[in-house]
Amino acid sequence: MDLTATQEYEDFRAEVRAFLQAHKGEAPALASRAVRGETRLAWQKTLMAHGYAARTIAKDYGGYGAPPDPLKSRIIAEEFTNAKVPGAMAGQGISMLVPTLLELGTEEQKQKYVAPTLRGEMVWCQGYSEPGAGSDLASLRTAAVVDGDDFIINGQKIWTSTAQFADMIFCLVRTEPDAPKHHGISYLLFPMDTPGIEVRPLMTMTGYAEFNEVFFTDVRVPTTSIVGKRGEGWAVANATLTHERGMLGDPDAALSRLNAIADIMQAETMDGTPLMHNAVYRDRLVALQAEVYAMKFNGMRLTSNSIHKKSSGMAGLIVKLQGCELNHRLAELAIDVMGAYGILYDDSPFLRDSGMWQMHYMFDLGLIIGGGSAQIQKNIISERGLGLPREPKASRNDKSEPRAEKKNP
Amino acid sequence: MRFGLSDDQALLQDSVRRTLERDGELATVRRFAEGDTAPAQTIHDALVELGLPLVLVPEAQGGLGLGVLEAALIQEMLGRYVAPSSFAPSYGMAVAALSRVGANEWLSQIASGEVIMGVATNEMIDSRENAAAQIKDNTITGQVRFVLGAELATHYLIATPQGLGIVARQDVKETALTTIDKTRHIVALDLNTPCAVLEDTSDATQHMINIGRVLLAADTLGAANMMLEKAVDYAKEREQFNRPIGSFQAVKHLCAEMAAQLEPCRALVWYAAYAQSNAEKEEAALMSRLAVSHLAEVGKFVARTATEVHGGMGFTDLLGLHYWFKRIGFNRQILGSPEIVRAEAANAQWKI
Repeated sequence: MDLTATQEYEDFRAEVRAFLQAHKGEAPALASRAVRGETRLAWQKTLMAHGYAARTIAKDYGGYGAPPDPLKSRIIAEEFTNAKVPGAMAGQGISMLVPTLLELGTEEQKQKYVAPTLRGEMVWCQGYSEPGAGSDLASLRTAAVVDGDDFIINGQKIWTSTAQFADMIFCLVRTEPDAPKHHGISYLLFPMDTPGIEVRPLMTMTGYAEFNEVFFTDVRVPTTSIVGKRGEGWAVANATLTHERGMLGDPDAALSRLNAIADIMQAETMDGTPLMHNAVYRDRLVALQAEVYAMKFNGMRLTSNSIHKKSSGMAGLIVKLQGCELNHRLAELAIDVMGAYGILYDDSPFLRDSGMWQMHYMFDLGLIIGGGSAQIQKNIISERGLGLPREPKASRNDKSEPRAEKKNP
Repeated sequence: MRFGLSDDQALLQDSVRRTLERDGELATVRRFAEGDTAPAQTIHDALVELGLPLVLVPEAQGGLGLGVLEAALIQEMLGRYVAPSSFAPSYGMAVAALSRVGANEWLSQIASGEVIMGVATNEMIDSRENAAAQIKDNTITGQVRFVLGAELATHYLIATPQGLGIVARQDVKETALTTIDKTRHIVALDLNTPCAVLEDTSDATQHMINIGRVLLAADTLGAANMMLEKAVDYAKEREQFNRPIGSFQAVKHLCAEMAAQLEPCRALVWYAAYAQSNAEKEEAALMSRLAVSHLAEVGKFVARTATEVHGGMGFTDLLGLHYWFKRIGFNRQILGSPEIVRAEAANAQWKI
């Protein structure tokens, strides 16, 4: 263990702080949900110019071109969290598609898509899940059939966040209907304004439509839209899913939530006494504080391992499961602490924190389910982490299921 | 920056592991549990051979002068093998307190092996029935309970509101306490005894409790990890319905939940131990409290769940799994049960 910062990192932290001091007035509000918007785009541009967004991506592709340094990335995250200033954009295009393209895309695809995506000008959505293909994603049935130089796509996607704003979609389709299910999938990129695409908002329990359903009817896209080879989309998708798992469960975010709850408990009074005096609430707060720090230190361990090129094994496998659970339980405590005021929502009188905690409580349950459900995570932990035998299942060469979607009559 | 063990630290932990695999096997633990005190001496001697008990003793007094993290790594292994050992009280807590108050002569005597210190802090944390010790005119009186380190102690270091008192073991009336955990010996002391007095002007009592708690957390980490490993091995071997039970999600998910809760505990224990030697005293106390109370919760979960994965066998004495179950249960209550420790943490942070 050596957590003393060397001069280089002390200086870097000071640099980030100075930047935040000078520029935080230009930043959009932390709670802003806008995907686009001039303030957001201008902020992203400023962050990129200073290396606080797209930091390690090569200059040739519009990035800042700094060598990967997990500790510096961590310092940036910590300082932005402390200053309550929103950091770099982190949509699915930036967090998932860009790393995938850089790893597996053609030079032309990289040139065309990476820079505008990083700038936030090109917004992407992810076409993976289908009504019949959730945890068993490889059973997806949206079909792409070759017709001359084009694919013709028919089928349906679900859980497609930002589809209503997106310029582009990265999408998994079945191109080889007779191949075993993992070997019949291709990974395509195409514009969302292509004729035949219909986006329907999917209202969730939060009262908002954070997701959409996307329907494809004879959608015609050039065969050059493919990333990787035909039938190899599963491997391409897995590269992206790895990036998604890394995206969830930021331990610094959990720490700021915990501190926000402590603030509520000191500010809110009941019969003139701060809620912090309630021994039961206090006990729950400190129990969660221990978990938050455990996850924070686990995150530092992962950062350190990546600096020293050591594999993290179990410490990495548990992050999605534990991080999402922890965030959900933090929201649960905030609501309980507020008592009756905890049920207020939307624009109600007496509303606390803009109804943010109810929103977290519901949305974070969605995150426990999405992006590889808690049960799938437990399979991964027990099979890959502990070496327990796999659940007996249909062979990977089973050709009897799933068939590509029949073209709509 | 390195958040993790250095090569030396990993090597140190590995050497303890190998020693305990040799000397600390379950048969030895059973002998101790049945009343033969020799195994505690054997394990102590093996650690002495590696020079390890003196890990926290300053070099000037003949020790290794290493940090609390190294002590925690040793304790984790002692917990892993449910080893009868007074390492935590005698060489963690007592040495920390004596170093803090600058009691160099006592430290030298510990280094030479003449003195082994048991410690009494329970009444400073959670006194019931007004049990307490007081020092007046170099005499210590009263009663203290849950005194740790009785396996090998020659002396007792007793925390009181008036400072730290040291008494020779033969000068006090001692009553053995029988606990669920047969891998430790603890006692109560009835005191009316002249004692050496060390004035505590530097939070030595709190420091000693902090370190004791970090070591308890490390002990639970080791014990719980061993229980998880045993559960996973059993789930791979044991077959029902013509399949290893570990292929059933009902069982494998229990194992995954144990691993998911336990793995971040390792980073928490490492940092809490590191903080004792490197952070400001408020942070050191906070991290110690968070580590011990959190490990108490996760330890309890792992102890019952790993037992459950073993089915009926887990409930028997045949596998000896209960030694780990009970060790973790002991660790949960001693030096402050989780609710008491969390209340301390809240009071210190938010001034109620």
